[in-house]
Amino acid sequence: MAELPARLVALTQARIGLTRTGQSLGTGSALAFELAHARARDAVHAAFDTDALHAAFKVIEVHSQAADRITYLQRPDLGRLLAIDDVHRLAPTGADTAIIVADGLSATAVARHAVPLLSALLPRLGGRLAPVVAAHQARVALGDAIGVALAVELVVILIGERPGLSAPDSLGAYITWNPRAGRLDSERNCVSNIRPPHGLGYAAAADRIAWLVHEARARRLTGVALKDESDSAPGLGGTRLQID
Amino acid sequence: MAYHTDLAGTRHVFSDLKALLAAATPLRSGDVLAGIAATSAESRIAARYALADLPLATFLHDLVIPYENDEVSRLIIDSHDAAAFAPLAALTVGAFRDWLLAADGAAIAAAAPGLTPEMVAGVSKLMRNQDLVVVAAKLRVVTSFRNSLGLAGRLSSRLQPNHPTDDPAGIAASILDGLLLGSGDACIGINPASDSLASTATLLAMLDDIRLRLAIPTQSCVLAHVTTSIALIGRGAPVDLVFQSVAGTQGANHGFGIDLALLAEAAAAAQSLGRGSIGDNAFYVETGQGSALSAGAHHGVDQQTLECRAYGVARRFQPLLVNSVVGFIGPEYLYDGKQILRAALEDHCCGKLLGLPMGVDICYTNHAEADQDDIDSIMTLAGVAGVNFIMGVPGSDDIMLNYQSTSFHDVLYLRETLGLRPAPEFEDWLLASGITDSAGHIAATPLALALPALLDG
Repeated sequence: MAELPARLVALTQARIGLTRTGQSLGTGSALAFELAHARARDAVHAAFDTDALHAAFKVIEVHSQAADRITYLQRPDLGRLLAIDDVHRLAPTGADTAIIVADGLSATAVARHAVPLLSALLPRLGGRLAPVVAAHQARVALGDAIGVALAVELVVILIGERPGLSAPDSLGAYITWNPRAGRLDSERNCVSNIRPPHGLGYAAAADRIAWLVHEARARRLTGVALKDESDSAPGLGGTRLQID
Repeated sequence: MAYHTDLAGTRHVFSDLKALLAAATPLRSGDVLAGIAATSAESRIAARYALADLPLATFLHDLVIPYENDEVSRLIIDSHDAAAFAPLAALTVGAFRDWLLAADGAAIAAAAPGLTPEMVAGVSKLMRNQDLVVVAAKLRVVTSFRNSLGLAGRLSSRLQPNHPTDDPAGIAASILDGLLLGSGDACIGINPASDSLASTATLLAMLDDIRLRLAIPTQSCVLAHVTTSIALIGRGAPVDLVFQSVAGTQGANHGFGIDLALLAEAAAAAQSLGRGSIGDNAFYVETGQGSALSAGAHHGVDQQTLECRAYGVARRFQPLLVNSVVGFIGPEYLYDGKQILRAALEDHCCGKLLGLPMGVDICYTNHAEADQDDIDSIMTLAGVAGVNFIMGVPGSDDIMLNYQSTSFHDVLYLRETLGLRPAPEFEDWLLASGITDSAGHIAATPLALALPALLDG
């Protein structure tokens, strides 16, 4: 039976070199998969705890129009709309850039990575920053509504990505120039898989995001017309355009 | 115009053709989200009665999205083959279903250029899962680049070695694992985490190096945006297959950053390289129900009809591979294993009816109501239906895209259980390399093969 050498298995988090019996998975590998799936299912339903964000930054909390997790999962349209009662919490401050932290599909990712990533990112951004917005039951496009309410010209939304089996805590960053209702996915840039130590690290991710923000300001656009030509580690633009 | 049917004294009215098609569609969350699903179980069947009586030719003049407003509608109408349609021109949709179930594969294939995506979508709504299997199983769509895909008795796989930071050594390790388990004949295809030119070029060079050093009769692909592939072809990168996600409306394609002219440019660029040794199918297309709704460009048309229109786009470009990524989009479009199964069989059958080399990425996300048992059921039925290829993902766990698909082991299971074999050229290579034995089983340790040396280079 073919067994992959341990030094090769160590090169990736992917499930390679699994035990095989006949043409099928061995019991140990099958159970390990089931445990990982159970954990990912739990991450989807975890609550968004904003205490650590409040301790580190000035934060405004808002909710989408999806009232609970079950509604959120079945009604992405509601996850893109700002709750009516929360619109008044957001007003133009003279800032030109908004930073949003959103639970998305993994509050676990936000809990682990949002504060250290923001600590690396904020000093790199320049511009006039609005207070950090924490958004509950949020999809990526909720950032457009928040950007409109704050009257900024650019939004960066850090959002929990779909939990994977081996990555229940992956954070994504979407950058949108001139946020407004109806922005297309192709009009955003993305830095995904922010998840040290296995995914993109905080400094590298912050470099990427900052590069895109500076380019967006200079060229007054984001999206497919703004190719990532920064030379740091990869992490941009998933090729399957299902973004949240 | 409006359509109606009377059932036991109750008149069920459907305001136009797209409303009729939507109401006739088996229940799925995406159509509910769009507000176009049938309002009751009985109204769904009433819609099917009305649809069954509809002349097939109706779809040529009553368009679900107006000709003037959408270049996909224009493509469908302008490329319609009236001569191929002639034998079916007098049929209703219901009679077309009966014809499909009775006809042989050659007759159906001959009619394919005369079928529009909406005709195929319409008839599929009158078909049970069993019908979708039996019709698809009659059809063989064979394509080639460096091997022959889609032949009878064959099942191929795309080896999908994704890595969250595009690390070449990590990707190479997954490729090695997949090759040693007999996967990779449809292609070795990486979804890159980065769409950057430099990173994509690095991966393309690595894939080409592995293929050449091991003399593998297969093709490679980095599934970057089509503009990235065009730019890299211009810089001389070794691009075998050009990839693009496509959808069934002009607006949804705009959301993908493409239009038909750009796809034509990409197809021409790929073919200009002439890298295929036995064939020139050089396009790799991915689709999936719900993409147009997700992009806010569905025009009130149900997601399965729009999926068929995406196939209408794909067939314009003679692809090597068309892959319906059926469970990736999430529970707001396909809620659970039952809905994913139905969509997988619809997509495979409808794509084959339109003459496409269909594979299916049988998959689910962690926020959907599905698990490995659903994957097992769907892949078994897709195998019986004659699917050209499925995915081979290490341990079913894609660590970059964060979803679960079929594994290298699943491909082995399906080949073993259904008596299917890899593409012939690849099968020969597996045997000559010592990866499989003469019975086609994975051999005892084939590491005598110098594969690991690749990782030292």
